[in-house]
Amino acid sequence: MSTETPLIGDFHASPAATPLDGARIGVVTFPGTLDDRDAARAVRLGGGTAVPLWHADESLQGVDAIVLPGGFSYGDYLRAGAIARFAPMMNKIISAATASSGTRLPVLGICNGFQMLTESHLLPGSMVKNDHLKFLCRDQVLRVENTSTAWTSQFTADELIAIPLKNQDGQYLADPETLEALEAEGRVVFRYVGENPNGSRNGIAGVSNETGNVVGLMPHPEHAVEAGYGPDDATGMRSGTDGLTIFTSVIASLAGGAQ
Amino acid sequence: MPRIIVEVMPKPEILDPQGKAIASALPHLGFTDFSGVRQGKRFELTVEGDVTEQVLESARTAAAEMLSNPVIEDVISVRVDEDAA
Repeated sequence: MSTETPLIGDFHASPAATPLDGARIGVVTFPGTLDDRDAARAVRLGGGTAVPLWHADESLQGVDAIVLPGGFSYGDYLRAGAIARFAPMMNKIISAATASSGTRLPVLGICNGFQMLTESHLLPGSMVKNDHLKFLCRDQVLRVENTSTAWTSQFTADELIAIPLKNQDGQYLADPETLEALEAEGRVVFRYVGENPNGSRNGIAGVSNETGNVVGLMPHPEHAVEAGYGPDDATGMRSGTDGLTIFTSVIASLAGGAQ
Repeated sequence: MPRIIVEVMPKPEILDPQGKAIASALPHLGFTDFSGVRQGKRFELTVEGDVTEQVLESARTAAAEMLSNPVIEDVISVRVDEDAA
């Protein structure tokens, strides 16, 4: 992956100017991953350096943060994300994300990546099939409810963003005690706005762990990072780039030594 | 070859969309006696040699830690398949 392959030619969004241009963000590819290239591209457009990582390898290659992209790891056999949880690379990520001393590795799980994070118990709860049983693909409005995580620091409180949602197993659930704790501790990071698209408890679209370094969300910020290829917004068709702030946030967090 | 059977079901309080879809399809084929369906999973673990208590314990651990997700599923049983023994 030494050569950049544009998804579509003539992209014009310029990478954000950040004080930590060298931030290295690992993007893990599993068998069945679909969105790794988009995630790597989002990292670059956010001002970081994308480092491709392979599920069967054990070296994190010194990356500063990790993105677990969407797709259908190992065909989602057993349960979505369940087999990926046992990949050698995941064991390294779990250790680095929960380190008892030093900096805890920021980890973002998107869609299938979110499912991996719940299966690996880095995040509470679980995902089951959408309550209407259908695969859903649409632009989705979310409210950013926690701007203190490594991945959301550059959003404003209660900011509304639009990014694509596309999944079959997107219904987030957890037992009542866990839901109560998530709400009380402000760990609901993203919430669906408008009609609940999949029956998720409390309209939850994304949650964080206790320390805010691990965040999972169901919709796809990496598909809304470049004008011309994102959701429709007020400035025009396909112009939405709300997802980019996720990636600039983690790069800024790394620059500031946060998390 | 001895086998261990592991059965996993979605927790009763959790909507089982697959079961729900099947339940709504049954009447179309004339099966009107059933008011609900829940779909679970059955795993067959084949063992080379005897199923010792240690092997069975290992199967129980696998059932709890990998074959099921305790947030959404219950392990219904872990037992030796007597027919295959």
